[in-house]
Amino acid sequence: MTPARKKRLTLIISLVIGVGIATGFALYAFNQNLMFFFTPTEVSQGKVPNNTLFRLGGMVVDGSVSKAEDSVIVKFDLTDNVNNVTVVYDGILPDLFREGQGIVAMGRLNANGQFMADEVLAKHDENYMPPEVRDAMQKSMGEKMKGATTP
Amino acid sequence: MIMKFLHKLASPPHFYRLVGRLIPWLGGLCLLLLLAGLYGGLVLAPADYQQGEGFRIIYVHVPSAWMSLFIYMVMAGAGAIGLIWRIKLAEVMTISSAPIGAAFTFLALVTGSLWGKPMWGTYWVWDARLTSELILLFLYLGIMALYGAIEDKRTASRAIAILALVGVVNIPIIHYSVEWWNTLHQGPTVTKFDKPSIHLSMLIPLLLMAVGFKLYYVVTLLMRARNELLVRERNSRWVAEMVTGK
Repeated sequence: MTPARKKRLTLIISLVIGVGIATGFALYAFNQNLMFFFTPTEVSQGKVPNNTLFRLGGMVVDGSVSKAEDSVIVKFDLTDNVNNVTVVYDGILPDLFREGQGIVAMGRLNANGQFMADEVLAKHDENYMPPEVRDAMQKSMGEKMKGATTP
Repeated sequence: MIMKFLHKLASPPHFYRLVGRLIPWLGGLCLLLLLAGLYGGLVLAPADYQQGEGFRIIYVHVPSAWMSLFIYMVMAGAGAIGLIWRIKLAEVMTISSAPIGAAFTFLALVTGSLWGKPMWGTYWVWDARLTSELILLFLYLGIMALYGAIEDKRTASRAIAILALVGVVNIPIIHYSVEWWNTLHQGPTVTKFDKPSIHLSMLIPLLLMAVGFKLYYVVTLLMRARNELLVRERNSRWVAEMVTGK
């Protein structure tokens, strides 16, 4: 390799590394702002802002969903397997909403520590399989695996 | 031996002739793979346990998203080669890749959006994966705009190569965004060290589609590169000889 080419190669490598490091620092500094949602544990630790909109993500706890009889208000618990937060939502739920499903809700905490959601989005997992395989897996894993939780 | 072959290949007239013979074969293979992949994905593969028939959009969405990243890496790599060795053909490959990459990125964003509405409940959210993919689209468009804005095409090639290399930092961000941050977009299904979390009957058509998309890129890239070469070399002897039939 001629000296001129070597110089250009070094320049390019240092450019890519330099930009990489700079972006790394910037993303590290903005880490909290890049989080799409908070977890129930962060809520219980008081890490979430008061009286402002934020998103809360977690799994819908099995058997916690209760629907009001005369309206579309739904109440359910969200968990990250450590802490739970009760969510109240007045609106139409997405098709994928079910017990054991991961969801992201946007709203704010009220005085009782309940999360009043304005919007509920379903978060689906990265697993794809035919229903029969799903049934067979559930059977072999016993009764622990009720619902559609991620194995 | 290999270096000699590469050296010969990089000469515009040889490349033009050899690639012209290759394109129909690659195009035919690409069509076969895409047809097989589509048939496998839309007809043979079973419905998903959670998303039902709706998951089938994966057969367009995921291969286009992979291609959007892959083409960017090829483009930046060709840009670096063009910068260091000043090889004309590498410069041609850089600019010829950009519109194809932009098209795949656009396709990934649109199919993802259409998939998001029924499954997530929204067309668009500003989570890290979706936002970084949108930035990728802007990078492609920026590269095309910058190239068009500079009169001298060799200077333009150097400028876009630098822009492409600066943008490389976005590629690992897109790939790892779903692991580094909480996102609405789910984690990787296939591109991880673990066993793919997709049933084999669904995975095979997906891989067929992925290879088909890759071949589509190769074919369109080569066609674009030939055209670009002709335009750039329009005053050279080999083009004149070819046009007049010697």
